Amino acid sequence: MQTHTFKPDMPPPVLSVGVLGWLRTNLFSSWFNTLLTLFAVYLVWLIVPPLIQWAFIEADWVGTTRADCTSDGACWVFIQQRFGQFMYGFYPTELRWRVDLTVWMAVIGAAPLFIPQMPRKALYGLCFLVVYPLLAYWLLHGGFFGLSTVPTSRWGGLMLTLVIASVGIAGALPLGIVLALGRRSDMPAIRVLCVTFIEFWRGVPLITVLFMSSVMLPLFLPEGLSFDKLMRALIGVILFQSAYIAEVVRGGLQAIPKGQYEAAAAMGLGYWRMMGLVILPQALKLVIPGIVNTFIALFKDTSLVIIIGLFDLLNSIKQATTDPAWIGMATEGYVFAALIFWIFCFGMSRYSMHLERKLNTGHKR
Amino acid sequence: MQNTANNSHPKGSVWTDPKARAWLFQIIAVIAVVAMGWYLFDNTQSNLEKRGITSGFSFLSNSAGFGIAQHLIDYSESDSYGRVFVIGLLNTLLVSVIGIVLATILGFILGVARLSPNWLISKMATVYIETFRNIPPLLQIFFWYFAVMLSLPGPRQSLGVGETFFLNSRGLYMPAPSPTDSFGTFIGALLIAIIAIVLLGRWAKARREATGKVFHVSIAAAVVIIVLPGMALLFAGNPLQWETPALSGFNFRGGWVMIPELIALTLALTIYTAAFIAENVRSGIMAVSHGQTEAARSLGLSGAITLRLVIIPQALRVIIPPLTSQYLNLAKNSSLAAGIGYPDMVSLFAGTVLNQTGQAIEVIAITMSVYLAISISISMLMNWYNKRIALIER
Repeated sequence: MQTHTFKPDMPPPVLSVGVLGWLRTNLFSSWFNTLLTLFAVYLVWLIVPPLIQWAFIEADWVGTTRADCTSDGACWVFIQQRFGQFMYGFYPTELRWRVDLTVWMAVIGAAPLFIPQMPRKALYGLCFLVVYPLLAYWLLHGGFFGLSTVPTSRWGGLMLTLVIASVGIAGALPLGIVLALGRRSDMPAIRVLCVTFIEFWRGVPLITVLFMSSVMLPLFLPEGLSFDKLMRALIGVILFQSAYIAEVVRGGLQAIPKGQYEAAAAMGLGYWRMMGLVILPQALKLVIPGIVNTFIALFKDTSLVIIIGLFDLLNSIKQATTDPAWIGMATEGYVFAALIFWIFCFGMSRYSMHLERKLNTGHKR
Repeated sequence: MQNTANNSHPKGSVWTDPKARAWLFQIIAVIAVVAMGWYLFDNTQSNLEKRGITSGFSFLSNSAGFGIAQHLIDYSESDSYGRVFVIGLLNTLLVSVIGIVLATILGFILGVARLSPNWLISKMATVYIETFRNIPPLLQIFFWYFAVMLSLPGPRQSLGVGETFFLNSRGLYMPAPSPTDSFGTFIGALLIAIIAIVLLGRWAKARREATGKVFHVSIAAAVVIIVLPGMALLFAGNPLQWETPALSGFNFRGGWVMIPELIALTLALTIYTAAFIAENVRSGIMAVSHGQTEAARSLGLSGAITLRLVIIPQALRVIIPPLTSQYLNLAKNSSLAAGIGYPDMVSLFAGTVLNQTGQAIEVIAITMSVYLAISISISMLMNWYNKRIALIER
């Protein structure tokens, strides 16, 4: 009896597997796609090689003055020489360790919050949020317990950018939560007040808010009471940002099913207990990614304080490019600033996406 | 109702009645806000008196006495602050409108490109989006202005396209059209052509719905729109005269000029906002489930028709609300013009006029209300559009 044996399978066509197959499906699947690919390759060829040439191959890396920049490429010597100013502004050089210490304390202090297994995380977080700002103020500003005072007019660079962004978000968060609760309130007067406040700040650009806080705030205050420039900017930023936070939090409040409100009321909880123990913990967890995104926007917006004459990262770099000893360094300076901002913003946006995936549990139907 | 509610809680005092408490809270809140407002007003009043500033809007009719780099309406130094305000407003609107149009086009292209099956195209769009939306707009404006525009060659070495467009550190020079005698004829012919096409389209649609016969409007429309104005052109002569810029002395004369501030601002705002719009477009298109495409194709619709009649109408519904907020952001970000001295609302009015007159409260109040008005108009316009395209549901 003849037994039938299968022949071995034929290998797939060369053009549909491996590198060639990938190229065919992803780059050359039709004449139009081929055209697009060629166009894209041309664009890349137009942009990338000159960029690498400028930034790396022909760049000057070592030296101390502008005269050391002899080639056609970027002059990174400029960034190296002014690095301290870009990071600390006019903070006294011998006291810069205080800024470094503040940053390290933030990193080390906040690190446990990112460990998922950490016990009593909420309690620790709360303590950190209360203690750290006081400590940071003492270290940065000084003036008591043996540290000499560094007035805020000498703060600058990346440090000032970070201070404005973090104080801004820390101040805006509680205010924003209260505003969001007010907007969802049953009491018409409270609701109208909150809606007006929120829509007003959301309708005007931050730049006019900064103008307002720098020229109008002194008029609003009684005689003898005055804030320094940084404080005025911070007040403007906090008021402005709280409106955006309020809208983000409102989104979270709306996402909580009505049953949760009703269950909490049925348990006999009053308004504040209902919000504090049942609704807000769930709602805030939902909106953490939104809050991070708001923070990214705020971080980018801090560059606007240049308008009222504060020396944040962008302004420090702008000032340095106008230095006669370093004329023509605008491109290098702004590329460096862009890189720093990009690293922070991109890192935070990735983190926010990660959080979104992690926290996306059970609320989606 | 009030009575029964009270009767059901006979022992509850007024303090535990939720309605009474709500009233109390609201009264306290309103009083607090009014008191706060009065306190600030009072402080301001005494501060202004001490500094000898008279409040009021009479300063708007005073002569300004400074020059402005770009004005869309006639302006001379002796004109009033009120006119300066109008110029600032027009400049803000100009840059916002140009930015919104360009950013929408670029954003849609990028959003579609990011979804492209072509790997290279989609990766390039991703790199663009992730790069530009993570860099502050002000920094981008500075880059385009200080690093690019100001380092362009001077007028004598300007980069030219043919002999009509010139780009140099003083701006982009382009030919300016001016109407000739036959301009009216040409426009008339164009209008007649457009009306004819609209009527043709209606007739074709009515006939299709009545008899099922298809009439290809697009071909007829193309013929009409070329032939009618073409005839006007042929018989009445050129409707527009082009005045090309020419180098005379140290600068170009004639033609239109886009000042470098405007170019830098437009570029930066367009590039920045387009990155966000691209993301909105992408998520909008992705929100339309693939089943819709499959269903449309199995009904026999072609790829292009599927896109036009099935995908885009549904995607737009998702895209419009976030697009609105991007437009608002762009309009508000146009105020960053103050950073490079483009004469917009903020730098002209809240900057120069405020410094010259010292009328802080009035100037800031006017500026803020202008932006509020712009924001409200954009959102009303977009809400109207959104309502029009929204799917009618049960």
